[in-house]
Amino acid sequence: MTTVHTLNPTADPATDVDDVARLLSPGGERVADPDLQEWIADVDTAAIRRLYRDMVLLRRIDDEGVALQRQGQLGLWPPCRGQEATQIGTARALRADDFAFPSYRETGVVFARGGKPSDYVLAWRGEGHSTYDPYELHTATQQIIIGAQSLHAVGYAMGVQRDGGDQVAAAYFGDGATSQGDVNEAMVFAASFGAPVVFVCTNNQWAISEPVSVQARFPIAGRAPGFGIPSMRVDGNDVLACLAAMRWATDHARRGRGPVFLEAVTYRMGPHTTSDDPTRYRDKEEVEIWRRRDPIDRVEALLRAEGAFDDAFVAGVGADADALAAAVREAAMGAVTRPALSIFDDVYAEPHTGIDEQRAAYAAYLDGFATAQGA
Amino acid sequence: MVQLTMAKAINEGLRRAMADDPKVLVMGEDIGKLGGVFRVTDRLQEEFGAQRVIDTPLAESGIVGTAVGLALRGFRPVVEIQFDGFVYPAFDQIVCQVAKLHYRTRGNVRMPLTIRIPWAGGVGAAEHHSESPEAYFVHTSGLRVVAVSNPQDAYLMLRQAIASDDPVVYFEPKRLYHAKGDVDLDVDPADAPPMGLARVAREGTDATVLTYGAQVITALDAALAAEEDGISLEVIDLRSLSPLDHRTIGASVRKTGRVVITHEAAREAGVGAELVASVTERCFHYLESPPVRVTGHDIPYPPAKLEKHHVPDLDRILDAVDRVLDRPNSLTGVEL
Ligand SMILES: Cc1ncc(C[n+]2csc(CCOP(=O)(O)OP(=O)(O)O)c2C)c(N)n1
Repeated sequence: MTTVHTLNPTADPATDVDDVARLLSPGGERVADPDLQEWIADVDTAAIRRLYRDMVLLRRIDDEGVALQRQGQLGLWPPCRGQEATQIGTARALRADDFAFPSYRETGVVFARGGKPSDYVLAWRGEGHSTYDPYELHTATQQIIIGAQSLHAVGYAMGVQRDGGDQVAAAYFGDGATSQGDVNEAMVFAASFGAPVVFVCTNNQWAISEPVSVQARFPIAGRAPGFGIPSMRVDGNDVLACLAAMRWATDHARRGRGPVFLEAVTYRMGPHTTSDDPTRYRDKEEVEIWRRRDPIDRVEALLRAEGAFDDAFVAGVGADADALAAAVREAAMGAVTRPALSIFDDVYAEPHTGIDEQRAAYAAYLDGFATAQGA
Repeated sequence: MVQLTMAKAINEGLRRAMADDPKVLVMGEDIGKLGGVFRVTDRLQEEFGAQRVIDTPLAESGIVGTAVGLALRGFRPVVEIQFDGFVYPAFDQIVCQVAKLHYRTRGNVRMPLTIRIPWAGGVGAAEHHSESPEAYFVHTSGLRVVAVSNPQDAYLMLRQAIASDDPVVYFEPKRLYHAKGDVDLDVDPADAPPMGLARVAREGTDATVLTYGAQVITALDAALAAEEDGISLEVIDLRSLSPLDHRTIGASVRKTGRVVITHEAAREAGVGAELVASVTERCFHYLESPPVRVTGHDIPYPPAKLEKHHVPDLDRILDAVDRVLDRPNSLTGVEL
């Protein structure tokens, strides 16, 4: 059952990117997978078209984010190009009342959860740390402290158990995050309590400049069984496989069978953020290999083969993407910075004399300028 | 003398410390090929190899904890915490292990660790990238805490920190990474003023401004502006927050009788509170007016678009100067 008794328990370092479950080959042909395919038996051409549209729209938001940053409208942007299938496929498997805990790069998760154009850009513009009500989207504020959200997800799932609910928490984090104590502690807690949580590790090969081999000598999905958590390593550029695997995982957790761990093997095509310079640490050839595995091209090839990629469809998706990009841009350009005194808001939920005094003193100080100008 | 940015001066400090002592190691996230997100460790891996310039897994507690083991084994690790806001996962290792091992072992174990932290705001960064956590460490016995404000000090104090047998938390203001200054690389760090000493950055007679890090620059600007009003400010760059150089501070306060303290960390229980308390205890009879603090507000660091309201600027310092000199100011008429 396990490889615990072998003399050579280490496998290939985590670099064999083809050792994954898939339903769609890099060329876009369907691949049979006895475990996964039943989970997308209902996914017809119309549903595949919707997944395609989601990914195109996400890529467009992402491109707009990069452009707005370059134009000085945003302070920073963390591109997710290349990771569309992982984000859309897994997030589309969640129920509206499940709770997602994304990282800074999971723009597509926020999109799939119903984010508004302003939700993608205002935090990166520095207008506010969070732009949506987590309870409205059932999605936590995008996390910057690496791995911290994995514990929040487990705690949320433990709350679901105590409420007798049937929601699932989804913890998203990167390959780098698997080195963090928090992620490992999260797995211990989740397994110990049988919490309904799905860990989605997006293995995009890099943690800023560090290849996955600095974080892991064994395929990352192989760790979870050591915590007592079933896991699957899935092709993260195959949206059908991501959807199917996440449906399996959430079903498992929802039925009270405990946590699941998915490793989505994908690639970050762009820089880590707009401040990063990936030419310092990775080869052009590697990027080229992954360009040929593009998650959107792959679905396009499938739809073409199935005669479902007609001009009207393409034009419709294109028009939707244009409109969304314009709305994102408008949200950034039209942002109104909150008044100065708002920095004192919400530090405490109830009145607090210390902060109230500071607010009043700063207000008086600012008023001094107004008076001086008036005089 | 050469002109160097602060980032380059620190880089040179690391290089020379490594060249002089094979026990010196540098470790952290992205510090190898990338040279650190601020390029402070640029090319060190090329020069000294991956065994001495170590790209670690992404785990702050792991970085500091393994550095403790290396120090036990006789190495002198210099760890980089990528940003101020990411030191907290390592807090346990720093305050419970690094700070206490020497005491716990009755001096048998030394912890010659240097913990470098790109620090504080004013650069329009994202959340968790502009924190001023110095007070947490100042409050921890067993640690030395320093903050640099110019390339020369950055170079020399880093060398001194690495040479110290005590653990040193070394704060590098991000806002000044690209600021250039004269650096004499040939001064022997052992002959330079020790890192525990404050520096009179500008002499004056009417009031003393106590500050550190990037606020030294703001305070010097304020002093220039005050001069136009006929006010003479003395500016003290503390350089060391633990221990504080009470001699230099006291000499200045006794001369001017008036004290303004400025830092961008929040006020409550901050370094400023310690300074007011200690100045009051030591120089009460010389004080002409109550010392005044100009600090960040007691709020989480605000979003970038609003940070200018948080980080004290020249005008807020001058307003405080008006308070200690009993001139009209923003609190005139307010019951305190
Ligand atoms: C606790 C902590 N340490 C360091 C950082 C700085 N940092 C931001 S993203 C990142 C790399 C993360 O890599 P990975 O987990 O693989 O996610 P990816 O960025 O590839 O999506 C680093 C080091 C941080 N945000 N939080």
